[in-house]
Amino acid sequence: MTSSERALRIAAPVLVAAVLLAAWQAAVMAYDVPAYLVPSPSRIAATLWQDRALLAASLGVTAGIALTALAISIVAGVAIALVFAQSRIVEASLLPYAILLQVTPIVAIAPLIIIWVDDTRAALVLCAVVVAIFPIIANTSQGLRSVDPNLIDLFRMSRASRLQTLVRLRIPSALPYFFAGLRVASGLSLIGAVVAEFVAGTGGQGAGLAYQILMAGIQLNVPRLFAALALITLAGVAMYLAVSALSSTILARWHESELPTTA
Amino acid sequence: MTPVVALEGAAKVYDNGTRALEPVDLDLAAGEFVALLGPSGCGKTTLLRMAAGLLSPSAGHVRWWGAPTPPVDDARHRLAMVFQSPTLMPWASVAGNVRLPLDLAHVQRNEADAVARAALAGVGLAEFADYYPRELSGGMQMRASIARALAIEPTLLLMDEPFGALDEFTRHSLDDDLATLWRSRGPTVLFVTHSIQEAVYLATRVVVMSPRPGRVIADMAIPGPHPRTATFRGSVEFAAVCAQLSELFASAAAPA
Repeated sequence: MTSSERALRIAAPVLVAAVLLAAWQAAVMAYDVPAYLVPSPSRIAATLWQDRALLAASLGVTAGIALTALAISIVAGVAIALVFAQSRIVEASLLPYAILLQVTPIVAIAPLIIIWVDDTRAALVLCAVVVAIFPIIANTSQGLRSVDPNLIDLFRMSRASRLQTLVRLRIPSALPYFFAGLRVASGLSLIGAVVAEFVAGTGGQGAGLAYQILMAGIQLNVPRLFAALALITLAGVAMYLAVSALSSTILARWHESELPTTA
Repeated sequence: MTPVVALEGAAKVYDNGTRALEPVDLDLAAGEFVALLGPSGCGKTTLLRMAAGLLSPSAGHVRWWGAPTPPVDDARHRLAMVFQSPTLMPWASVAGNVRLPLDLAHVQRNEADAVARAALAGVGLAEFADYYPRELSGGMQMRASIARALAIEPTLLLMDEPFGALDEFTRHSLDDDLATLWRSRGPTVLFVTHSIQEAVYLATRVVVMSPRPGRVIADMAIPGPHPRTATFRGSVEFAAVCAQLSELFASAAAPA
């Protein structure tokens, strides 16, 4: 990607955001909309600043849960995918249950997890893992199997061991698939964390952003509700960008997904 | 003298019932350059994969230097294959790709590096060792693939239509390079192609296969001098052999 393309990719969405925020601000001011219905962007920014201590602490809690869940999802998801890749029978036996976990709404499972797991933070992390782990398992499994058959033949002819084939061939082949899964999982871990916080409704020192949204809604403190929402969105975007940067760094020189587009 | 590789009544029927290859008898003597010529889908690749030990025949046998299995850790008998596509690992440098068979055999890094760089120099890619495959042209990728096969100094080199996807100029250039490498190193070569001209230009012997299910319909020695030059391509002798092979194909393809 050239520097001008890179600049355009950043400038274009920023410009769209600026136009939308300006329109929002203008509409709220023109129609004199009360802040308890729709606060203006400037009012939300002011609330972010005024409540920064409270919101930053909550952001730390929610982001901490999401990142812990993402880390566990990566380790456990990759481990499960490696097991699946060793045997079609193991995969066929266990994959339906992974799918079952994926298709069951987290709001339906979260209350059970919160009842069963004593430690609230651990329960919240577990909820987020349940949501985030599937794309990592599914994508990494597919990647570990999507290997050039000629390269498999080459490794066979070279008498490569299973471990050599795994480390030198299957894992590098799976990396682009893994990163595609990781991009999805990064967002899902945050969604899982927020949904679990809503269900648990934990307050006090361990209160996350979802709790702040709940409380702000009850108190009709809509600017704070929007401020908390903005922080969740920004945290999600930051996680996505971090994963994308990591993917670009690792795949930059060889994978089509990270190569410059040609007209 | 024991053939380098011998197919004895080797036939292949796939699990889905496809008869890919009728029983084939074929011996390759040491130092021969045999072109396996046939139309697409006639079982050439199946035969080559059996000769590589990658596929077991449904009937008959394959022997390598008289043994029923391909050699393992035998410095005198080494087998390498070049595929239809370059088959390079996109995540590894060109040198890393060429070094692969040596790395898998636990050859020391310094030694493997030196061998890989020498093999790359041998195919004219010395200065591209640190490039990634995608940074090379199709022809250069194929050269790297050949360098990888040569890195283990094979005594039997199996090539599956390696230049089929390349333009004619690149193909002629690689044909010449391959002929030079064969003369200087002397491996036995089994070269699959569907190009009559390429087979006649490169080989000392051409084995012709019928359309599927494949069977050997002709096995002819190719006259003409070695090393071959562009003059040979324009000679009457070359044209006559090509015409003879074309007629063989036409009669094999004609309805009975």
